Amino acid sequence: MENNTVHSAIRKYNQDKTRLMDILIEIQDNENHISDDAVRIISEKLGLSIVDVEQTISFYHFLSKESLGKYTIYLNNSVISNMKGRQIVAETFENEAGCKFGEVTEDGIIGLFDTACIGMSDQEPAALINGSVFIHLTSFRVKKIVRDMRAGKDVKKMHTSYLGDGQNKSEYLNSVVRNNIMRMGPVLSDDYNPGTIIMKNLAQLTPEQVIEEIKTSNIRGRGGAGFPTGLKWEFCRKAKGDKKYVLCNADEGEPGTFKDRVILTERPKLLFEGMVIAGYSIGATEGILYLRYEYKYLKHYLENILEEAREKNLLGKDIGGIKGFNFDIRIQLGAGAYICGEESALIESAEGKRGEPRDRPPFPVEKGYNDCPTVVNNVETLCSVVKIMLNGGEWYSSLGTRESTGTKILSISGDCRYPGIYEVEWGLSINEMLDMVGATDIQAVQVGGPSGSLIGPEEFDRILCYSDLATGGSLMIFNNKRYLLKDVVLNFTEFFIEESCGSCVPCRSMTPLLKQKLEKILNGNGVANDLEDLPKWGELMKINRCGLGHTAANPILTSLKNFRHLYEEKLERGKEYETGFNLEQAVSESCEATKRVPDF
Amino acid sequence: MADIINFTIDGKECVAEKGTLILQAAQENDIYIPTLCNYEGVKPQGSCRICTIKTNGQFVTACTTPVADGMEIENNTEEINDLRKSIIELLFVEGNHFCPACEMSGDCELQALAYRFQMMVPRFTFQFPKREIDARNPKILMDSNRCIRCKRCIRAIKDEKERSIFAFHGRGRNIEVHIDPDLGSKLTDELAERSVTICPVGAILPREKGFRTPIGQRKFDHEPIGSEYKY
Ligand SMILES: Cc1cc2nc3c(=O)[nH]c(=O)nc-3n(C[C@H](O)[C@H](O)[C@H](O)COP(=O)(O)O)c2cc1C
Ligand code: SF4
Ligand code: SF4
Ligand code: FES
Ligand code: FES
Repeated sequence: MENNTVHSAIRKYNQDKTRLMDILIEIQDNENHISDDAVRIISEKLGLSIVDVEQTISFYHFLSKESLGKYTIYLNNSVISNMKGRQIVAETFENEAGCKFGEVTEDGIIGLFDTACIGMSDQEPAALINGSVFIHLTSFRVKKIVRDMRAGKDVKKMHTSYLGDGQNKSEYLNSVVRNNIMRMGPVLSDDYNPGTIIMKNLAQLTPEQVIEEIKTSNIRGRGGAGFPTGLKWEFCRKAKGDKKYVLCNADEGEPGTFKDRVILTERPKLLFEGMVIAGYSIGATEGILYLRYEYKYLKHYLENILEEAREKNLLGKDIGGIKGFNFDIRIQLGAGAYICGEESALIESAEGKRGEPRDRPPFPVEKGYNDCPTVVNNVETLCSVVKIMLNGGEWYSSLGTRESTGTKILSISGDCRYPGIYEVEWGLSINEMLDMVGATDIQAVQVGGPSGSLIGPEEFDRILCYSDLATGGSLMIFNNKRYLLKDVVLNFTEFFIEESCGSCVPCRSMTPLLKQKLEKILNGNGVANDLEDLPKWGELMKINRCGLGHTAANPILTSLKNFRHLYEEKLERGKEYETGFNLEQAVSESCEATKRVPDF
Repeated sequence: MADIINFTIDGKECVAEKGTLILQAAQENDIYIPTLCNYEGVKPQGSCRICTIKTNGQFVTACTTPVADGMEIENNTEEINDLRKSIIELLFVEGNHFCPACEMSGDCELQALAYRFQMMVPRFTFQFPKREIDARNPKILMDSNRCIRCKRCIRAIKDEKERSIFAFHGRGRNIEVHIDPDLGSKLTDELAERSVTICPVGAILPREKGFRTPIGQRKFDHEPIGSEYKY
């Protein structure tokens, strides 16, 4: 049986080694592991060595050579999940299932695993069970879920609540996930009939004119790095290459971000239209939507929409009646790696490999997917592009601030009354944002996810824009009851340690050392010197290859800058020297054994 | 004629052909930039970061970045040398390097760099990780304790069908180098020898051939690494 799955997966992807990811995911999902036999068969059929196949498997969180159980539960362990009651949920899972996290029950029925933010921060604690999303978990709910699993129930039939809002309840999704769109703006608004630009406008415009319009709008990438989109397209248009690609980055891995999930649910046609416009502008024939594994539940739904688009000539040959304009889109699933959101790692992953970022130069616009010129854009960027083509670049640039034009879709979570999605113009201050979401008694806001910065009330008059508080859209709010260093900073730092690809020496080895120092301080063994070391050691992170390494120390560095008193109050007073060594603790075991009471 | 461009390293006027990587350009101008993951003839992949230089206020790796006309490069400065020394120290604490007991002592690039950058005791806490020794291969021994994950073996050594014989396993700080069970067991003498030579440290060792070069006659026994360059 297993071998059938393996062979059919290999056949389905034409024994193409650049589709290794798809093959592995298919086997994992059907067999809940990838056996030695499977690895051997894949390696023979694809012309790879065994270690080639295993290097990819072992890179990704959701791929495993060991069986993960008939029901595989991935419970989110993000900061927000913890704040919303993860601990009791996790304990109940352990008690009811009879195994610990990281283990599978003896009968092989239930596997319990941690996972990083699954893009549900406005409905935590949440878990993925065999790919289905379960939200708002409580211990009561968990008991029922485990009973259902023991009874062999299908995960899709385990839900006890209404299905979610909007398209979540459509027949292709059948999901309980909530959109929580709290504020719509020009990008999210539902007054546009998707396909209009392709059908009515594109034929009248040259690719250069489209690029010019995008440049006029001054839009910058919404995925975090903020590179001007028009310029990126122009570079790619001008780059030499027989074949070009448009990659849409739907990896959305920055903890606390979930706006792309909502766009993919409610505005997928807008997104695909944006990809077509990008394809037209740069001269691409193929687009790839790189969808994080956590959002696999959307895949079938999205594929159906692609199929509809093909029927309407919004994809395929001579699109919109434009002779010779051929473009199609496929979906590439990720398999659990935050680093694959980094554009060059995303490309590596889409080629079926480990998601290790590439050295730059060359940039993807010159040498990207399959070494061809490639544009990588965020979901929100591509959606905004359609509205720019609809209303004009001038119109768009009149929104927001002078240098940060347009709107930004924010994912807001944590201690506030109305977590969810808010589309706002750039230039909103943190105070206004807190007002908007109903947040009071706030100690701190994490702007831009763990890779961004942790700021306190003195800075709440700062504004969201590229020159002040730049953000990919994740805003996490912490009230006065939270213990920032332990609940937030430590968790974020652990996240980066988990997610480093491991190439660069500082990224893989410095972050754990910084964490150890933080723990030492939290344990009450820190001395003044430690607070000097942290920023000094953090300097080394600047020489890492990619953005993950550049920002992995930010949780510690920005909290040390803005909440220094929290560190200082934990220090051992009057000591300059190393006290990481605790004599009492070190001899406690032998004292216990010899029944001696030491006299320090 | 190829385009010749001008640039400076620490103020010294240099020339190179357009498109040359900074590392090579520096070497052609008799300037030393330390390297670890780079190996001549193997496609560069900037992972150790020790060749980091600064230009235009930005840190970039010399082994992967082409030199540009008018570039002003900072190389042998206090700031950069301390970053490099930190990397060496990090490598010493992230693995288990007991040089006096190591077969490669004197031929080891990591050890030689530690001497060159005058590392005494690392400023960081030793991690003493538990690492494996793989002695299954008939020709080579893999001691992960000493592996610095430079990927030199992985990138340089492939079989005739371009399949990997060495590959990474896992990610982040837990990354390991695995030898392919099939291709590895059929390793030719030539490739086995090449893997030993290409490994900058004592992680890949030949079997049944200990201490081929006597101590005292090894690469870095008499002169520090990089001594072939004037600056
Ligand atoms: C570690 C890391 C993770 C990233 N994750 C994402 C992501 O999930 N989604 C995204 O659009 N961009 C992400 N980025 C930014 C991408 O590298 C890239 O800049 C972006 O996709 C380009 O699209 P844009 O110009 O439309 O923003 C990430 C970058 C880094 C360094
Ligand atoms: S900085 Fe970290 S994540 Fe980025 S390439 Fe280096 S090791 Fe990988
Ligand atoms: S075994 Fe040697 S060559 Fe290979 S990665 Fe480790 S240190 Fe580098
Ligand atoms: S030698 Fe350049 S990064 Fe290692
Ligand atoms: S002396 Fe460096 S690893 Fe052996």
